[in-house]
Amino acid sequence: MPSLKDLKNRITSVQSTRKITSAMKMVAASKLRRAQEQAEAARPFAERMGRMLSSLAANVQGGGEGPKLMTGTGADQVQLLVVITSDRGLCGAFNSSVVREARRTILRLQGEGKTVKLLTVGRKGRDQLRRDFASLIVQSYEDVGRRRLSFADADMVTKKLLEMYDAGEYDVASVLFNKFKSAISQEVTLQQAIPFAVEAKAEESAELKPLYEFEPDEEQILADLLPRNLAIQIYRALLESAASEQGARMTAMDNATRNAGDMINKLTITYNRTRQAYITKELIEIISGAEAV
Amino acid sequence: MADKFEFELVSPEKLLASVQAEMVVVPGSEGDFGVLAGHSPLISGVRPGVIAVYEGDKIVDRIFIAGGFAEVTGERCTVLAEEAVKVSEINAADAEKAVKDLTEDAADAKSDAERAAVEAKLAIAKAKVEALSAAAH
Repeated sequence: MPSLKDLKNRITSVQSTRKITSAMKMVAASKLRRAQEQAEAARPFAERMGRMLSSLAANVQGGGEGPKLMTGTGADQVQLLVVITSDRGLCGAFNSSVVREARRTILRLQGEGKTVKLLTVGRKGRDQLRRDFASLIVQSYEDVGRRRLSFADADMVTKKLLEMYDAGEYDVASVLFNKFKSAISQEVTLQQAIPFAVEAKAEESAELKPLYEFEPDEEQILADLLPRNLAIQIYRALLESAASEQGARMTAMDNATRNAGDMINKLTITYNRTRQAYITKELIEIISGAEAV
Repeated sequence: MADKFEFELVSPEKLLASVQAEMVVVPGSEGDFGVLAGHSPLISGVRPGVIAVYEGDKIVDRIFIAGGFAEVTGERCTVLAEEAVKVSEINAADAEKAVKDLTEDAADAKSDAERAAVEAKLAIAKAKVEALSAAAH
């Protein structure tokens, strides 16, 4: 049986753990709010960009071939996977679920005889993937958006992607990240970024759509617009991932706080019982001592 | 009273402006163009420069943007910009320093790609300074 002092120590240590986890939960909650606001703020731009792109694409599709970013290289041999995770742990299954999905995708693609390359954002994902696929990682970024995620961060990743695409280092790029569903649930999402897939709803709206004039010509604008659109996609993925991370951390810390509370209750009961047992034992000793005299 | 239309300025990080305007002058990549209500649909590239928002005959707002795209329809004008600041909020000293630094960088650039990148930045910085001097007159 543990001594009273040991029990007391355990109770104090669990109490301070609970304090830490509940503080982390509150921090995560406020960061989550900020991340959500940011994700919300990015929406109008993405929406308008999408609208512009689809009307552009509808115009371009008719004549000749579009830019390479939209039509692809015509092959899908080399696949680049952009894996977005967090820099810090203590956020439940957030990172492991992305990594698990990444692993599955890599093995599936390799099974199909394709070459896979990896680009990781976030320290946790890199560390976990490095164990099995160290040779596949071409680039990894850390501390992306540590203070506050800005568009410049997304731009940096995008530049690298475009550079590699222009150099013909891969044919298809997809982004793997946690999509924010609600504060308690995230969904691992695999999204193809290059070549860019335009939703084919041109048919029905073709007559409603105003016929745009283009300045300079549509190909030129499309060629400028597509890289920006890629940056936006990356930016949104980063934002979603950031919001999901805080959500996951909040849930994980909430659970931890609750578990610590349960543990404290259990330990306190054991502590009291032990104390009582000691008192009873001492009483018995005194009484039997007195009787013996 | 002329008809009004909706003018929106959006950056990836937020919706910067959404106002009713009578006329907006946008620095298009092939020359400035003014937009009035009922303008024919147009999509255009935008070079670094100043967007001026008119109310009546007066300019009510001058916003510097570092390039982007503009979409114009009869009832709406949307500008997608990557960087946007009000002209009144630009710091003259900073802008001039940026031009000087970037001019030096351009001279030092080793590869063609690097030079092109620096020159693109330089063009933006120069446009910023120009925007300021135009505002002063």
